[in-house]
Amino acid sequence: MENKIVTEGLNAYFGDVHAVKGVDLAIPANSITAIIGPSGCGKSTLIRCMNRMHEVVKDARVEGRVVIDGEDIYAPGSDAVEIRRKVGMVFQKPNPFPTMSIYDNVVAGLRLNGERDWKRLDAAVERSLKLAALWEEVKGQLDASGVSISGGQQQRLCIARALAVEPEVLLLDEPCSALDPIATAKIEDLLFDLKNNFTIVIVTHNMQQAARISDFTAFMYLGELVEFGITKDLFENPKEELTEKYITGRFG
Amino acid sequence: MRSHKLRKRVDMAASLLAVGCVLVALIPLVSILVEVIRNGAPMLSWEFITDRTTSGVGNAILGSLQIVMYAAFIGLPVGILTGIYISEFGNNRMGSTIRFFNDVMANFPSIVVGLLVYAMLIVYLGMTYSIIVASVALSIIMIPIVANTTEESLKMVPNSLREGALALGVPRWRTVLKVVLSNGRSGVITGALLAVARVAGETAPLILTTMFSYFWTVSPNEPSAALPTLIFNYAMGYSSLTVDEAMRHAWGAALVLIMLVLSLNVSVRLLSMRRFKKNHKGARRWRTRLSLKA
Repeated sequence: MENKIVTEGLNAYFGDVHAVKGVDLAIPANSITAIIGPSGCGKSTLIRCMNRMHEVVKDARVEGRVVIDGEDIYAPGSDAVEIRRKVGMVFQKPNPFPTMSIYDNVVAGLRLNGERDWKRLDAAVERSLKLAALWEEVKGQLDASGVSISGGQQQRLCIARALAVEPEVLLLDEPCSALDPIATAKIEDLLFDLKNNFTIVIVTHNMQQAARISDFTAFMYLGELVEFGITKDLFENPKEELTEKYITGRFG
Repeated sequence: MRSHKLRKRVDMAASLLAVGCVLVALIPLVSILVEVIRNGAPMLSWEFITDRTTSGVGNAILGSLQIVMYAAFIGLPVGILTGIYISEFGNNRMGSTIRFFNDVMANFPSIVVGLLVYAMLIVYLGMTYSIIVASVALSIIMIPIVANTTEESLKMVPNSLREGALALGVPRWRTVLKVVLSNGRSGVITGALLAVARVAGETAPLILTTMFSYFWTVSPNEPSAALPTLIFNYAMGYSSLTVDEAMRHAWGAALVLIMLVLSLNVSVRLLSMRRFKKNHKGARRWRTRLSLKA
């Protein structure tokens, strides 16, 4: 299987804090890769390095390479804005834009980048909301505010918003941690459908979730990548003692 | 039981104290309003508002409006952009330096600002006492106020919205313009309004920069009357009117000034409410399309 994202000797810092330590990881295309590990182990920081969102934080810096489709996204001259269009991101807490309608939220990425053609915008709204399995629920209220719907719907709206710019990779940072089991199940189903066309990397606290939906799993501990492999193997036959301890709930 | 009673009494006493303090704070506000309306209302008439000085305050109203308008033209863009810079891009040495000087500037006495503008533009550059010179002075007073309120209201916009937009591949400046500003807009507008209202009543800088005029002024390069300077002149007795007449004119002008500031507030608020509804253009368009299909 072809690798979509490859990190080589990736180090990430917040000021003096060394959050990600020398991670080498190869994420295959058109699959779901879960990143698990205890709080503060650098999971979120790792995926934020994959669309150059890490550098948005004050005093944050990155060393090493992140290669997407053969191109180092940290090479001089590469454009963070271009990369973020190719690598979409969904955050832990649903963050639809409160001053925009549902319609405007979905096409925010397109409109804010200058798309004016209403036919294309209309098509993108319908396509993205259908992909995010939200169309049937909101098609009658597209003019309502983006924050007027439930938390689970808001999160799917954020997924639709990320999909509308037609990325190739979707990074999800604990997307279900603020949601109830029903909303979580909907999002998991959705990710399962999406993996045919996208490469998905999901950070999760929930090991059952990782086992349920992912093809590959990476286990991180204290900023280091401890183990990476096919999900089934990692959960059933972990190679590292630390991984075994974590997945059997003996720490973390 | 006793402690319960005691607690209730302490609670009652604290509430009474708080209500009492509110009342004390309200006394000057209410008495100013009552006094201005009581003394000013009898003066209000069409002639008083439209005639020029000594029989009315028309030219002072026109002068004030022009001075404040030009001041807003200069002060609001500079102030708002400064606020945006220190809130969104000021996470560095430069930002904290600007923030520091902005705070210092906000506490400058207005007479000092007036003196500075007088010295620079009138004495040094040889400009005449005029509306535009006064506007420069007022805009210097406005800038730090507007910058501060803009910074405060943009800081209130949750960071998750900035990240949400950036992660969609929206450039930084567009994120600030379309997402951050649109979410902090009401605060920015309120701040701008407060600054305009504040400078509309400034007197000291005007005395040093526009002098006074008994005639209509339409050119920004000529001396002009303004409501605060008119009130000052009349209250001090610098006029051809009798002391009694001058005082009545001063009260009338004070009422007009208060009403102007108030109507400015209300109209800008109404305007910003209407702009919010316009925000959902895309959705509206969609609705029309659906109804056409049906």
